[in-house]
Amino acid sequence: MVGTYHNGSSVHYANHQQTSSNSTDARQISCNAPIEERLRATVAEATMSSVAVGMEARPSNAATPRELTQNPLKKIWMPLPCKNGLPDKRICQRMVCMTNCPTLIVTVGLPARGKTYISKKLTRYLNWIGVPTKEFNVGQYRRECLKIYKSFEFFRPDNEEGLKIRQQCASAALNDVRQYLADGGQVAVFDATNTTRERRETITAFAEQNGFKVFFVESVCEDPEVIAENIVQVKLGSPDYTNCNTEEAMEDFKKRIKCYENSYETLDEVLDRHLSYIKIMDVGRRYLVNQVQDHIQSRIVYYLMNIHITPRSIYLCRHGESDLNVKGCIGGDSGLSPRGKEFAKYLHQFIQSQEISDLKVWTSQMKRTIQTAEAVSVPYEQWKALNEIDAGVCEEMMYEEIQQHYPLEFAMRDQDKYRYRYPKGESYEDLVQRLEPVIMELERQEHVLVICHQAVMRCLLAYFLDKTAEELPYLKCPLHTVLKLTPVAYGCKVESIYLNVDAVNTHRERPENVEVSRMAEEALLTVPAHQ
Amino acid sequence: MTTDQEKNELTQTPLLKIWVPWLGMGGCKLNRGRGSSVPQFTNSPTLIVMVGLPARGKTYISKKLTRYLNWIGVPTKVFNLGQYRREVQSYKSFEFFRPDNEEAMQIRKACASNALKDVVIYFSKEHGQVAVFDATNTTRERRVSIVSFAKEKGYKAGSGAGSPVFFVESICDDPDIIAQNIADVKVSSPDYLNCDKEEALADFLKRIECYKQTYVPLDDEKDRRLSYIKIFNVGSRYLVNCVQDHIQSRIVYYLMNIHVTPRSIYLSRHGESNMNLLGRIGGDSGLSPRGHKYATALGTFIKSQHIKDLKVWTSHMKRTIQTAEHLGIPYEQWKALNEIDAGVCEEMTYEEIQDNHPEEFALRDQDKYRYRYPKGESYEDLVHRLEPVIMELERQENVLVVCHQAVMRCLLAYLLDKTADELPYLKCPLHTALKLTPVAYGCKVEHVFLNIEAVNTHRERPGNVDVSRDPEEALKTIPDHF
Repeated sequence: MVGTYHNGSSVHYANHQQTSSNSTDARQISCNAPIEERLRATVAEATMSSVAVGMEARPSNAATPRELTQNPLKKIWMPLPCKNGLPDKRICQRMVCMTNCPTLIVTVGLPARGKTYISKKLTRYLNWIGVPTKEFNVGQYRRECLKIYKSFEFFRPDNEEGLKIRQQCASAALNDVRQYLADGGQVAVFDATNTTRERRETITAFAEQNGFKVFFVESVCEDPEVIAENIVQVKLGSPDYTNCNTEEAMEDFKKRIKCYENSYETLDEVLDRHLSYIKIMDVGRRYLVNQVQDHIQSRIVYYLMNIHITPRSIYLCRHGESDLNVKGCIGGDSGLSPRGKEFAKYLHQFIQSQEISDLKVWTSQMKRTIQTAEAVSVPYEQWKALNEIDAGVCEEMMYEEIQQHYPLEFAMRDQDKYRYRYPKGESYEDLVQRLEPVIMELERQEHVLVICHQAVMRCLLAYFLDKTAEELPYLKCPLHTVLKLTPVAYGCKVESIYLNVDAVNTHRERPENVEVSRMAEEALLTVPAHQ
Repeated sequence: MTTDQEKNELTQTPLLKIWVPWLGMGGCKLNRGRGSSVPQFTNSPTLIVMVGLPARGKTYISKKLTRYLNWIGVPTKVFNLGQYRREVQSYKSFEFFRPDNEEAMQIRKACASNALKDVVIYFSKEHGQVAVFDATNTTRERRVSIVSFAKEKGYKAGSGAGSPVFFVESICDDPDIIAQNIADVKVSSPDYLNCDKEEALADFLKRIECYKQTYVPLDDEKDRRLSYIKIFNVGSRYLVNCVQDHIQSRIVYYLMNIHVTPRSIYLSRHGESNMNLLGRIGGDSGLSPRGHKYATALGTFIKSQHIKDLKVWTSHMKRTIQTAEHLGIPYEQWKALNEIDAGVCEEMTYEEIQDNHPEEFALRDQDKYRYRYPKGESYEDLVHRLEPVIMELERQENVLVVCHQAVMRCLLAYLLDKTADELPYLKCPLHTALKLTPVAYGCKVEHVFLNIEAVNTHRERPGNVDVSRDPEEALKTIPDHF
């Protein structure tokens, strides 16, 4: 399988001395477990100083094994901290980005070559797999500085005033990059034209000074149709052109591109042979990859080589209502209830009405999704990776039973639903890791219907709609509702189609009281009704 | 039963635990091509064609790629033209390869043709999915003929755009690398059995010259419709053109992650655990006293190796982490390295499994690779889950992986090119470290038994694997335990 994501249960966010109030960074969640904090601190120490994680010379008698304890939230075995309180430098969780230093991705290319599209998509992907990433679009800085865009003249190479402002904006953006990467960000995407060698050298110098690795992503395209389509899709609606009509905007933008053309120095095989980069030609027909340095760059290259812009739709839905759903039980491998079978029939009709040529249908390996697919009467593929989250010892229990038998676990799950791992089971974080190959293949494919499960669908949806780890486990994915996702401009259009067959509600909101000490009723307040 | 109702009836295949449609009387149809445990991504076969001068690593790449694809479950085979040629003609000297040697040309063309015929047989009769045609293929003429051959046979990939063949070209102008290649694999080739090293080297260099005269690399313009990857100087740069489908994308990713820097991979299981002592499988127990001793010994051993920049990986299970703790080196925990999930059989002894699930026990003996524990995993699932580990192992240099029996079997099978049938029975005893060092086209293995006693956890396939067998027959090969 296209599996490239490693262990998901990482505390790499501990890269930063994180305060739980900061919610703008992706994937930051506060956690009450003191062990978590200690671990965070120790890993933070370890990763901040690159020597520590490496080979520290220790006298041989120092290698006495420490006692292990299992972190109650993530069920990770960790050594108890040293008695003298020194930070623990020996342990570390498998992080996706095993570099001690952050990475600066720098886009390169004329306007309307898809740089922002790539930047946003790549950022979304990296955040989803757990690498804190942020894009810095210089155009936005320019808009904040200039306030009003008059015309392409601003971009003329002989416009000294314009050049000065643009230079300042780039500097301001790089400053923010520095701040972000120092504050726990792992990857920053510097989205600008960066079309001259001189500009790129400045950036490389900046990165070196700060200890960042640099990876260039250049998009080269000479197909006038593709460029025109880009302009229509994203430029005409840009804040720069709010007061122009389509022709004016188109004309102006073309002249804007011209301003860059004369000074454009593409990444050169010889001159730039020591740089790390990928050159994407003709929207992915061809790639030139040079000097990939590490794991994260390799993953980025792989991702960029699998995405495409051919119009298509992705349909996500859950299996029809199952017998265990009706009883209010989680997990298990039951068959469809009568209403679930109804839904499957309606799904078949709906899919037919969509008149999709060449639809791929994917299911999990659990009975209920396969039964649903059987009714759709299209060949389908079974993916084990699409199986519902493994609830371990809580499999097939009702929430009431979980509260009864495992009240502590139940509370911890409410405290941090994304990272919480069921005993002998999985967490949402694990699920994301397991689903990465599915996402990669979804990127490669065109029209796909994915028949899956609640937690799985939440993870997939979070990827497409750029939801954070906090939001992900509470996304609403009701039974008997199909979501049709169609990529549009920089994002995704969502249509929700309820196929008019009743089903139980399986969505449990986060209750008010998540303390371990809470009463059973408080815990069960938000449990949806069931038989 | 109406057809609608029938459609909703499923049955779970006993071995793979896959849900498939029940087709009413007569029992279930086991596999309609939908019932495999991993999605099938290619419907049509793929022909990979190597391109490059001699000593550019084509055979190295061919063999490695084939090993990887077979391991992830894509039946793949190498067709090495040099071998076909050796069968027909014993090698005398580089003169055979002179471009003006008409007689030799005929022989070489015939060999190529035979090889391609065998490719056809491999695809049509042997259920092959990928064939790697390992030859220089340095002229456009030769490549064009291969492409037409493939088109004629209907080997289409993806949506039909572009050619049905995927080229892998290796370009290298670094004389050091070339000299190293020649020393590593050419001088010892069957062609040079009766020559001394200098003779062999001199002849081989002249051989390369013969090809250089007619070598036409894949061209940006002229070959823009072909699907290919060009590898420059052992991976410092890649040019990828027109990737058509999933398998080509995977191949590109793999090729971009491998390297030839010398290094060693150390594989070891955790030290003996308390569950091991009791003859129980799975679980998450800690180390026994002997297990702790082993971990200390392992630490000493590792230090004695003076390994540069060693990375240590463990699973998420207590026993591997406890083992790593003794090493005094930073380690990373991978959930993907967790032991195979035995589902309902977790923490049972084999005797208990025989008692409680005799059918399952028999099925497992029938096909240990594909057998999936109820609510658990199969070795096949394990391979799938370990693929990212293998990919990262390829990227890394010196690594020590502290893992588990089934996991270690899977990793070892990849590194030593073992088949799915052999894999679940590979011997991976406790308290034994394996040091694997890539050498020439394969891997050198050194076993290091660290002289600390441990129980045996290896259960051989018993004589009788029928569901109807007696318990004694089932339990015959169980290793001793407390």
